[in-house]
Amino acid sequence: MPRPLKIANASGFWGDQPDAAARLLAAQPDVDYLTLDYLAEVSLSIMAIAQAKDPAAGYARDFIEVVRSLIPFWKQGGRTRIVTNAGGLDPQACGRAVRDELAKAGLADRKVAVVSGDDVLAWVQAHVGECANLETGAALEPLAAKLVTANAYVGADAIAAALQAGADIVITGRVADPSLTVGPARAHFGWDADAHDRIAAATIAGHLLECGTQACGGFSTDWLSLPGNHDIGFPVAEIAADGSCVMTKPTGTGGAVTLQSIKEQLLYEIGDPGNYLSPDATVSLLGVKLAQVGPDRVQLTGATGRPPPDSYKVSATYRHGFKAHGMLTVYGDQAVAKARRAGGGVIRRLTEAGCRYRETLVECLGTGASVGGVGQRVPEGDLIETVLRISVAADTEEPVRRFTRAIAPLVTSGPQGVTGYASGRPKVLPVFGYWPCLVPRTVVNRQWAIL
Amino acid sequence: MTTLRAIAFARSGDKGSSANIAIFGRTPAAYAWIRAHLTADRVEAYFRPLGVGTVVRYDVPNLEALNFVLPVILAGGGSCSLRIDAQGKTLGQALLEMPVALPPELVPTP
Repeated sequence: MPRPLKIANASGFWGDQPDAAARLLAAQPDVDYLTLDYLAEVSLSIMAIAQAKDPAAGYARDFIEVVRSLIPFWKQGGRTRIVTNAGGLDPQACGRAVRDELAKAGLADRKVAVVSGDDVLAWVQAHVGECANLETGAALEPLAAKLVTANAYVGADAIAAALQAGADIVITGRVADPSLTVGPARAHFGWDADAHDRIAAATIAGHLLECGTQACGGFSTDWLSLPGNHDIGFPVAEIAADGSCVMTKPTGTGGAVTLQSIKEQLLYEIGDPGNYLSPDATVSLLGVKLAQVGPDRVQLTGATGRPPPDSYKVSATYRHGFKAHGMLTVYGDQAVAKARRAGGGVIRRLTEAGCRYRETLVECLGTGASVGGVGQRVPEGDLIETVLRISVAADTEEPVRRFTRAIAPLVTSGPQGVTGYASGRPKVLPVFGYWPCLVPRTVVNRQWAIL
Repeated sequence: MTTLRAIAFARSGDKGSSANIAIFGRTPAAYAWIRAHLTADRVEAYFRPLGVGTVVRYDVPNLEALNFVLPVILAGGGSCSLRIDAQGKTLGQALLEMPVALPPELVPTP
């Protein structure tokens, strides 16, 4: 039996463990491809704001550190190739920075490819009437002037083409997360775009990989009883020519790859499991069979796929005013009642002083506030301690700025037992609305080039 | 009172302002009970304090799972929601706290 294709993940989101890539390849140098995911739904709007102040900030600069950390591995003969969406809004700049790092290290022979074409902001601005909100059906017209970004979740085609042309590092902007895995699988096995079942299977492998340690027991229900949960391993998918795969992790890492860890991650952020829409295939999870084939080894077979949708999903973002959150600890008798009164009092005083907020919220953490009090185990009155969290949002910055100065005074004017004010005033944060919509495939002009 | 936690594990996540919760039976018998009793209406009523829309349930028997989609439960989600849990991270744990009247043979002995 030929050796399977080994694809690993070393970043599940922007802010994940910066040393994961180097540690993973030290533990398992035979990985063929390393994928790194940096883009959540609104990450690109954060980059857009950063880029407005600093033109070089349009991509995930954390990735440059990762490249630096892998230079010793490559110089010692490591051949692992990389596929990442770290390019964000500016894959070209990211690609140039990577190429410069490699050249400095004497690795100028490594080929860096850049995939672009996902930016559809101009098209969306010109066709607001065709961009109703996919979740709510609402019209985009009233928000058109506030749009910041609009990027299509493109598929694996351009990644596969760049890899087949010999790219060692492929840097993309927005792509569907699983396409980071489908690209290398298509390039390696030579699957055509209509190999729907195999592409569906690789999409599932990519879906399992894309959140990093979550496939290996991170964020799982039984986390507390996992071995080595101080240092859970990042996942490796061993993909066979028929698309079936074994999910595993490097020897010696913490966590566990079990039927339970894989089942949980399979349905993470999934809507209809019979119609998981990706730009590479429409995937059904309903025929997938799982088998524990060894310690920390779970095999997946039986994925089926149909042609992908005619349109691309777009993640657009728009400016939506400002917000801030302030937190204080309240300890003592009737802690929750005191915290609620103190939090409500801050809002009341600011409102009486003329501040206008579109939304305010007082939460008493410890009472089950994360889920609005659903599933409470202890009556609020029995708690001796709570964390008071006060939040406001407004269309303009000034009332939010005034709010950020109104938290600390509770230390002297609030109830006895207020404490925990050490981190200074809260920050005023820009708010970005998330606007999912669809665009026809024909408006996206995917391109790739080796720098 | 027994809770769903006795016979199930779960995972929740976000998609814009909506969330999903997958719930899995720990045994085939546990899954059969969950499938027969954990209706979309029941889940919707449980999460009503969070302003959830019409809950949709998908059965995933090959994973001994039910997948619930909970529209607009995140009050804007992502960057917009003011809540401490804007991304539905806690919803799986919350559903496992649901009180249930289980037949005695399903309740694991401690």
